[in-house]
Amino acid sequence: MADTRYSQEHEWIRVEGDVGTIGITQYAQEQLGDVVFVDVPQAGRRVAKGEACAVVESVKAASDIYAPVTGEVTEANAALADAPGEVNADPMGKGWFFKIRLSDKGELSGLMDEAAYNAFVKTLG
Amino acid sequence: MGDTLKRTPLYDLHRELGARLVPFAGYEMPVQYPTGILAEHAQTRTAAGLFDVSHMGQVRLTAKPGHDAAKAIEALVPGDITGLAPGQQRYTQLTNDAGGILDDLMITSTGDHLLMVFNAACKDADLAHVQKHLAATCEIEPMFSRGLLALQGPQASQVLARLAPQVATMKFMTGAFFVIDGARCYITRSGYTGGDGFEISTPNDATDAIARKLLAEPEVKPIGLGARDSLRLEAGLCLYGHDIDTTTTPIEAGLLWSIGKERRTQGGFPGAAVIQKQIAEGAPRKRVGLLPEGKAIAREGAEITVAGNVIGKVTSGGFAPTLGRAVAMGYVERSHSANGTKVDLVVRGKPVPAEIVPMPFVKNAYYRG
Repeated sequence: MADTRYSQEHEWIRVEGDVGTIGITQYAQEQLGDVVFVDVPQAGRRVAKGEACAVVESVKAASDIYAPVTGEVTEANAALADAPGEVNADPMGKGWFFKIRLSDKGELSGLMDEAAYNAFVKTLG
Repeated sequence: MGDTLKRTPLYDLHRELGARLVPFAGYEMPVQYPTGILAEHAQTRTAAGLFDVSHMGQVRLTAKPGHDAAKAIEALVPGDITGLAPGQQRYTQLTNDAGGILDDLMITSTGDHLLMVFNAACKDADLAHVQKHLAATCEIEPMFSRGLLALQGPQASQVLARLAPQVATMKFMTGAFFVIDGARCYITRSGYTGGDGFEISTPNDATDAIARKLLAEPEVKPIGLGARDSLRLEAGLCLYGHDIDTTTTPIEAGLLWSIGKERRTQGGFPGAAVIQKQIAEGAPRKRVGLLPEGKAIAREGAEITVAGNVIGKVTSGGFAPTLGRAVAMGYVERSHSANGTKVDLVVRGKPVPAEIVPMPFVKNAYYRG
């Protein structure tokens, strides 16, 4: 079963085996507004937990996306180049950003589960 | 912040419409409504959009006996105001002694008065500035509680004509009084989108009803400040505090067209010596349009380079929804300011190739009759 975890920076990671798919949450896309460009990392890039590795541009502003875990990027979502609006329309599905091979699955325990994330979002007003 | 944010007469309406409200120039203003900025932008380009710009500063200037308000205000702006016929409107700037821009504004002559519209963030300082210099010659009446609605887009005219039929034949940059719903309004055919449209100055307590009446028309939807910014950027229009400020002159900003022909030679406004010298010899830098390659967006503050040397800075940049691509404007050294010049825009440390291009990015659609 895929297990979805969430960061305080509003990224989600869904892990199957040792590969995690990463995107931004519904809350994040609502805050950003219309997404017009996503700069995703190249496959093969090694990223450290907390490292800025993607950029999402809305009409209003550019925002960094941080790697929620350490690992190697295995694939980026090429479809976002022509359809960045998928980040708004389907942030947890077609709007995924990139996949990462986790170096240490133990890092996942530092992330929130869905209930904890929802509670966290509530504290943000 | 600490201070309480001010509200426009449309605050309740914005809440009702589900607007996302943000602090802007001391006001709680709608940045977008639930449909989002892209939809609001397209709505304004294809049909009609209603903007609340009541936060802007409306001020009425009336000559004291034996004086001339147009002549008086010309001591503070380089625009040709004495040449305004009743019902004509002009864009100009309040300049400082260095030729820098304190604010940019619209001035309309009603025949009896001059109506000025200042930027929200500058309006208190502008008012003090005008009072300091013009109190002896003019009555200066701030009308900061009035409403100001902008109805913009290709269908704005047909919509507004249902409430005030004579607006249909008004030309760009003219104004007149109308009674809408029993309220005395002053309407100008102008705006900040590069498209056709109107600005409607309303009595405070009539603003909400008139806005609702306009929104009830099938062509009209509410538009927030987010789309207002992307629309004006496509039109190549300056945003005060970003593309123009006290450190930029009207000549550097490419606003020579707004300076009256006689005023260019005769001067008589703050900073005239600096501005006249730049007209004669060229300004050291120029505001230019920039078209970056690819999809990366160069935003305000991005450096503009040629062969790795910094030649300027982006002052506004973003996604142009009508074009489906990024655009920007900024200042570059004059020697690099020709259209077609290849430059790089530094976005997150990486050079993005771009070309200097004429503005507007999207063709104007003003109604000139």
